[in-house]
Order: sequence, then C-alpha cells, then structure tokens
Amino acid sequence: MSLRDIAFEHQLARRHLKGRIFQVLAFAAICVGLVMLALLFFDVLRDGLGRLSWQFLTSFPSRRPERAGILSPLVGSVLMVTLMGVFAFPVGVGAAIYLEEYAPKNWLTDLIQINVANLAGVPSIIYGLLGLEIFARWLANYTGGRSLLTGSLTMALLILPIVIVSAREAIRAVPNDIRLAALALGATKWQMVRSHVLPYAMPGILTGMILAVSRAIGETAPLITIGALTYVAFLPDSLKSQFTVLPIQIFNWVSRPQAGFHVNAAAGIIVLLAILLSLNALAIYLRHRFEQRLKR
Amino acid sequence: MQTQFKRVALLVLVAALSALLAACGGGQPSSQPSEGGELTGSILIDGSSTVFPISEAVAEEFRLEYPNVRVSVGISGTGGGFKKFCNGEIDITDASRPIKDVEEEICAQNGIEFVELPVAFDGLTVVVNPENDWATCMTVEDLKTIWEPAAQGTITKWNQVRPEWPDAPLSLYGPGTDSGTFDYFTSAIVGEEGASRGDYTASEDDNVLVQGVSNDKYALGYFGFAYYAENQDKLKAVAIDGGNGCVLPSKETINNGTYQPLSRPVFIYVRKDALDRPEVEAFVNFYLENAGALATEVGYVALPDRAYELAKERVAKRITGSVFSGGSQVGVSIEELLKIEE
Repeated sequence: MSLRDIAFEHQLARRHLKGRIFQVLAFAAICVGLVMLALLFFDVLRDGLGRLSWQFLTSFPSRRPERAGILSPLVGSVLMVTLMGVFAFPVGVGAAIYLEEYAPKNWLTDLIQINVANLAGVPSIIYGLLGLEIFARWLANYTGGRSLLTGSLTMALLILPIVIVSAREAIRAVPNDIRLAALALGATKWQMVRSHVLPYAMPGILTGMILAVSRAIGETAPLITIGALTYVAFLPDSLKSQFTVLPIQIFNWVSRPQAGFHVNAAAGIIVLLAILLSLNALAIYLRHRFEQRLKR
Repeated sequence: MQTQFKRVALLVLVAALSALLAACGGGQPSSQPSEGGELTGSILIDGSSTVFPISEAVAEEFRLEYPNVRVSVGISGTGGGFKKFCNGEIDITDASRPIKDVEEEICAQNGIEFVELPVAFDGLTVVVNPENDWATCMTVEDLKTIWEPAAQGTITKWNQVRPEWPDAPLSLYGPGTDSGTFDYFTSAIVGEEGASRGDYTASEDDNVLVQGVSNDKYALGYFGFAYYAENQDKLKAVAIDGGNGCVLPSKETINNGTYQPLSRPVFIYVRKDALDRPEVEAFVNFYLENAGALATEVGYVALPDRAYELAKERVAKRITGSVFSGGSQVGVSIEELLKIEE
C-alpha cells in the first residue's frame, strides 16, 4: 500500500463519518416533527376518544357539555368546503391554463405571476376582511350577509392562489413533446389543452386542490371576521343561511370554564382530523387512479 | 384521452350539483305543528363572549318551545357586537358593559333605537395560588398599587405592596386589552378605563390564566367568576375590601351587592324595531323569564327577581335609551340598578 493510498483511506473514513452525521441529523429532523405530531395526536385521542359517539355527531351544541354535539358545525364545514371547491376549482384551473398556455410572455404576465405567488402568502385574516366588505356588506342582497355563500366565496378567494400556483406547476410539468405532437396532428390549441395537457396534469392539479381544501377546513380567522356564528342549532337550508364550522366550535369549547367542554373540544378535534386525513387519502387515491390511467 | 377528460368534467359537475342540492334542499323546514310552532323567522345575536354562555343557554331552551324560530349566537366581543348592532346587521347584541357614548351616537345616526336589558351579574375574581397564605384579603388600594400603569417595572415583589408580605417575585396574570373584563377591572380598581401596567402575562383565553396562576406560588390574576367557580380546587379567591370590610366573591355576595366594587351587570341590547316581530318579542320575554336560572347554571349570578320584572316592563313599554351609558360603571349595586329603572 503506497503512502498516497493510506492518506486516501484516512480521508475516506472521515468522509463516511460526515455522511453518517448528516444522515443522523436528517433523521433527527424528521423525528422532531413526527414525535410532536404523535404526542399531539395521543393527547387528543386520550382526552376525546371516550366522548366520541353517535350522539355527539348528531346533536346540536348545548350549554350542557354531555348533551352537546357537533352536528351543525360538521355539516357547516362540509357544505362550506364543498361549495368553496366548486367556486375555486374552475376559476383556479382556468387561470392556470391561461397563464401557462395562452398568456403572452411579457412583463404584465410576469407581474401577474409574481402577484399570484405573493397572494398565496397573505395572512388569511386579510381575506376575511375582504370577504366581509365585498360579500357580506356590498353584496348583502345577493349573498344574504353572513351566510354560507359569503363564507364559501371568501374561502374560495383564500385558496385561489394556492390552486393557481399548484395547477400551473402541474401544467408546466407536462412534456412539451405532447403539445407539439397534438398540434402536429392538426389539433387546435383548445383540443390540445383539453385532451392532452389537462388529463396529464390532472393528478398534480387534484393534489394541489386537496391540499388547499385541507388548509381551508382548519381556517378560523377569516370566518370569524365575516361573522360565522358560534351557536347555531339548525342546519343550513339555503345558500343564504347562517352557519358555523368545526374550528369555531372547537375554539369556543376550549375557552369555556367547564372541564366537560374541554373534552368535547378534544372529540371535535378528532372529528376534524378524521375529515382532514380522509381528504388526504382521497387525494392520494385520485392521483393514483389518474396516474394508472395515463400509463395505459 | 377524450373520455378521460369527459369523466373528470362529469365528476366536477356532479360534485357541484350535489353540493348545490345539499345546500338548497338540506334541511326542509319541518312543518310539524307543535307548541309555539306557529312562530317562524330568525333571530341574529352577536357580541360579548362573556354573555355568550347565557344567550346560548336561552337559545337552546327557546328552541325546545319554538322549534321553527332559528336563533344564532355569535362572538365578536362587546365592541364588535355594538358595531354590527348599530349598523343594523343583527337584532340583539350581548354586552359585558353598557353602551358607550360614541357607540350610542353611531346607533342614533343610523336610526337604530334600542332597549337596554340587564340579564345577570358577573363578579370579577382576584385569584392567587392555593399555597399563598398571606394574601387572603386585599383592599382596592393594594390592587391599585399593583395594577396601575406607574407600577410597571417598579412593583415587582409582594413586600412592595405590604411590608409584611414575603420578599418574593410578584407574577401577574390578566386578560388582554380587548376584553370587557379588562375595561371593567381597570376602571374599578385603577379609576380610569384602560389604564393598566403592561408587564403582565395577558391572555384572551381565561383557561390560560387559570393554568398560570395554579402553577405559580407567587402569582396573582383576575378574571370572570365562572372560571374561578369551575377551578376552586386549583385557585384561591382573594376577599376584596372596598371600604366595608373583606368580602369573598360568591353567588350571595355578588347577588346582594356586598361584593364591591368588582361585580358588574351584563346586558343584552335589543333593536326596538326588531321587537315588533313577534318571534323577537317572544324570545326577549323568554330570555328575561329564564335568565336567572340559566345564568346560574352556566356560572353567573342571577339578578333579583324584581329586576327581571322591571326589565320585562321596559320591553312591554318599549323604553329606549341607556341608563348605564358612559362606559363601564363601577359598583352598580342592584339597589341602584332598580332605582334607575323605576
């Protein structure tokens, strides 16, 4: 073994060591997140699991913690998020298609793109104030004031930047060969977008959409701003009806003096987490399905 | 590829339609005739988080008798509630203090007349850790020494308040500045609404304050009576000497007005024109008939029966305007309250 080889071997050990240290650090980083999540989850389950029952899911809020349930906030959350998706999906995907496929590449487009990206980082309460002024006050005759419609329109505005940004990423990831192939065969631009780009980008678009929905379902600040209510003992019967959502009800229960309400809050958090996790599962399933289809 | 896109489009369309259907046809108003079922309509309530539990309890009981009236209660704070109320957006607002002059002016500008109704007492409670064996009774002067703005950074130990108290750090807990409780405490103790030292642990969530005081031997804090009543095993209430000896907060001392100056009435304000709607009038009368029992149940203190009768008279005669206006009033005993109302 020559001198040079020994020096090399020596350095090799150090380099391996560095590699191991980095690996351990990266592992520690993920552990911090996972352990915190597990602790939180365990704590909530321990407090609230015993309270979960059919009665809890099908009762209206009450002053007696043991009689209270989360029917109206549960239905309110589901309706609001569904409506929000209905408003935000076509507008968001449409805007993304325009920006990626049709918009000329000039300074105006760049400006719009930068602004959309910035809007994704604006605090949610700002959207609440916007929704309060526009939907709840100016358009009160059409939206019914502090209504389900106002809430879902406001939340649609909130998630729109996220939807646009993620849909653009997905559309941009479609290989240009596919567009050129379609155009070469005589397809119009719309035919190319509809039958080639969109199906290819759909898994990514859906993933972004579901992530946006997951964010929206946990939002409280903008809804409190537009005046979603805390005690609602009826289900919405129209778009102009008053409503409440899970985070508001949970927040109210947490801040009550009686310990029974704190247990209810924990049970409410479990329900909210269950909805969130099933939404994420749905996203993964849909993405998988679309990917399978593309392979065929 | 074509069919795939159509399927996606169909999926979105179905989702959209089902959402609309669910929203529009979700809860058909049940038209079963029942007792009081002839009344319909909706009543919008908003305002103080302190009064919320009482309004929630009344709304819950009211629904059992009048199932077709939709009552909803929100929380946007006393100030936020008056803003919406004077803007004509809601029918009733919950308030943990009387209406302020500026708010009354806005109401008048918008042509909103209101009937002011006290519904219960809340007693602010000064609490210490159970291990604290020295501060059993404090005078208003002691509290002022601790909480006035000049105390900031200088009054940091217990023995600076009274020399016989221990030479130990004084850690303070209290509600944030947006709270009606803060407004009332500062005006009752310091003598000027909103004047307080700033270097204390502030939280809008009273449970955080309970936690803080119960884990810190040298802590002192204040918040609503209901939070003390639910946590008596973790906290100790301090008797307050308002000039007539030491009085501990309890349902009796708050109700008969001897717990001074930290007991205050809480209110609802009703729009006069809303009272012409039969469901609103029924609700307000129901509120006054049941507020005593329900307020006690959720941790507040009932007014004397006579006060509720007088309040009902105000509703029947549609007596508008505020007799408590001018911000938080300190030491409003029930006798004074009745005198004003008669």
